[in-house]
Amino acid sequence: MGRKLLLEHAQVEGIRSYEVYRKQGGYRSVEKALKTMSPDGVLEEVKKSGLRGRGGAGFPTGMKWSFLAKPEGVPRYLLCNADESEPGTFKDRYLMEKIPHLLIEGMIVSSFALGANTSYIYIRGEYSWIVFILEKAIQEAYANGWLGKNILGSGYDLDLYVSPGAGAYICGEETALIESLEGKRGNPRVKPPFPAVKGLWQSPTVVNNVETIAAVVPIVNEGGDEYAKIGIGKSTGTKLISAGGNINRPGVYEIELGVPVEEFIYSDEYCGGMKNGKKLKACVPGGSSVPILPHFLINRTANGEQRLMTYESLSDGGFATGSMLGSGGFIVYDEDQCIVRNTWNFARFYRHESCGQCSPCREGTGWMEKVLWRMENGQGKMSDIDMLVDIAKKIEGNTICPLGDAAAWPVAAAIRHFREEFEWHVNEPKACMERNYGLVREPVAV
Amino acid sequence: MPKVKIDGFEIEVPDGTTILQAARMIGGDIVPPAMCYYSSLKGSGSKCRTCMVKVTKGSDKDPRPMPKLVTSCQTMVMDGMEVANTSSEEVLKARAGVVEFLLLNHPLDCPICDQAGECHLQDLAYEHGASGTRYEFERRTFEKIDIGPYIKLHMTRCILCYRCVYVANQLTENRVHGILNRGDHAEISTFIEKAIDNEFSGNMIDVCPVGALTDRTFRFKSRVWFLNPMDAHRDCPTCSGNAVVWMYGNEIFRVTGRKDQYGEVHEFICNTCRFEKKAVSDWHIEGPRNIDRHSVIAQGHYGQKALTVR
Ligand SMILES: Cc1cc2nc3c(=O)[nH]c(=O)nc-3n(C[C@H](O)[C@H](O)[C@H](O)COP(=O)(O)O)c2cc1C
Ligand code: SF4
Ligand code: FES
Repeated sequence: MGRKLLLEHAQVEGIRSYEVYRKQGGYRSVEKALKTMSPDGVLEEVKKSGLRGRGGAGFPTGMKWSFLAKPEGVPRYLLCNADESEPGTFKDRYLMEKIPHLLIEGMIVSSFALGANTSYIYIRGEYSWIVFILEKAIQEAYANGWLGKNILGSGYDLDLYVSPGAGAYICGEETALIESLEGKRGNPRVKPPFPAVKGLWQSPTVVNNVETIAAVVPIVNEGGDEYAKIGIGKSTGTKLISAGGNINRPGVYEIELGVPVEEFIYSDEYCGGMKNGKKLKACVPGGSSVPILPHFLINRTANGEQRLMTYESLSDGGFATGSMLGSGGFIVYDEDQCIVRNTWNFARFYRHESCGQCSPCREGTGWMEKVLWRMENGQGKMSDIDMLVDIAKKIEGNTICPLGDAAAWPVAAAIRHFREEFEWHVNEPKACMERNYGLVREPVAV
Repeated sequence: MPKVKIDGFEIEVPDGTTILQAARMIGGDIVPPAMCYYSSLKGSGSKCRTCMVKVTKGSDKDPRPMPKLVTSCQTMVMDGMEVANTSSEEVLKARAGVVEFLLLNHPLDCPICDQAGECHLQDLAYEHGASGTRYEFERRTFEKIDIGPYIKLHMTRCILCYRCVYVANQLTENRVHGILNRGDHAEISTFIEKAIDNEFSGNMIDVCPVGALTDRTFRFKSRVWFLNPMDAHRDCPTCSGNAVVWMYGNEIFRVTGRKDQYGEVHEFICNTCRFEKKAVSDWHIEGPRNIDRHSVIAQGHYGQKALTVR
């Protein structure tokens, strides 16, 4: 059994309430930080811990915090990114729903470290019931003196708010999140300036994922060095993985970084193997934006090493033969799943979620979706396959925010590894419709 | 003052100059096309991606090339920077890609579009695009909308450059003009169809690079290339009164702001001048306007050296 730092008490009866959470040792990190540490002391521990952002990009959190500009007389903000909308990712939801006080506690310690006196949790609108869970937890924290003025007599003030979004994946992009929080349309901003210099209300701002902020609690409690002992190399600590797809035990798992992928899929502690004894066909290890891996590159890297659940190992081989840990949305596909259909489904998502500012993303995502739909419905052409690769290439890197890349990568990767299946859709449209839908009918006209 | 080299031409520019501005100071063919940037509208730019260039050397201090193409309208010049625009195959390919994207949902019915002849997308496609399209699906269409008595919005032609939104936000007093929805289903709106009755709303027409926003008092009265643009002014209590009147014989067909060679107006005019002063006696006519643009529109004026249309 791996160590659990975040979800250790998640199954304790009543842990959602303040009393039970406190009894399990909750808010110790706030006591420790505010009474015995300086803000920079907390930052040092986070740096030592090697914690990397859990929102997708894996940027070292300590380094991000140290970039925060600190001009005199200007407020600073910490924003928690709880917009979690990436297909396949549902770990933040689990954490906030089960053990909301852990996030509140993390917000207090992190805000203290950054010198923020007002902080926000920006949560996706669809998590409407979690808004109430968090607000209740915040009320309890105020009532017990963990929030508000002069917390624990330390002279440190903090106000914490929950702000729900209105149903846009793009508002998970940090600058779109800031725009949305300011009450505007959630269009990503052009960078520079980065939020660390000009973020919310043009003030220095840090945006961190729910899980990143929650991880600061055990880091402060146990010390950064202790945290860094878990994991391998630059992938330290534990990570929440939301596993889904054709596995026996879908759900959210806290793993020690470094668990072999094979073990994660097949061990009963985690996914419990393939459902109905089917064969493993493909895996998207880090949410819909990351490249899909074919079965022979999942458990082993291209040069035959064991593939591990770490930032480095999952991206070993670059995009040619690797993928990314991303946000930890681990999707497993068995032999019956259609890669073309899956790729179309992702493309449909990005088309719907593009904010529409940049022409390559706005037009390219729509185009890819239409071509893939046509192919999936038996009207594809052989030339479509290379055209899709070309469209993806023309989007990638040519946009304001990474949503363009996130839309392009899955298409490019699916064709890279499953070209025959795309060709099969073109050559045998009837056969593939029969397999995918059990339909014996003529391909529909598009 | 930083020095920058663009396609081999060097120029010294003030601090805070963007690559695009520096290129415009040099002038000529090395100037990247810009469909969304508009120098007098704060916040504009970075959306259309037509102005992308390759920074082959970051600066004297840090000579590394930039890994991705950058938008020249947003990227500041650094001392010693070297930029490739037309000299980079990568840039030209990416730009052709952007043109293809911009035309994807744009109706290719220039012969019946009121903007034809002065359309920046038409020019862009002509100079940078491919001759055919690989798009085989139905284009997105919208109903035409009247935004008040003077302006017609035909969203079908819009390329979402956001310039008109910045006009609404920055020139007019209340923010009635925004974008609805997302992605390829986004559309310009006036929250919603509330007439924009601000005295400067007409400038939206001038900033629109395509035929999405047009002048209802002029629509389909004449093709622009049959008209003679004349610099003219009048004593106006609201704006500078410096405009261009577009004449056929002794009649004024329409009034616009004075656009420079990049299609930018630097003195915005009021709606009274634009829509209501159509008598020759309203204006002091200064003389023919020299339109220095690679476009059909450059044809109509006299006193020009040679036809610049390719
Ligand atoms: C289109 C898009 C959507 C994103 N959605 C999320 C999200 O839902 N949650 C999240 O934590 N980060 C999301 N991110 C990443 C954030 O921009 C940002 O990098 C992250 O919140 C930083 O937190 P971290 O350093 O703790 O990972 C998204 C990025 C993009 C480009
Ligand atoms: S890449 Fe897409 S989502 Fe991101 S800013 Fe551009 S259009 Fe919007
Ligand atoms: S002009 Fe620079 S991106 Fe549009």
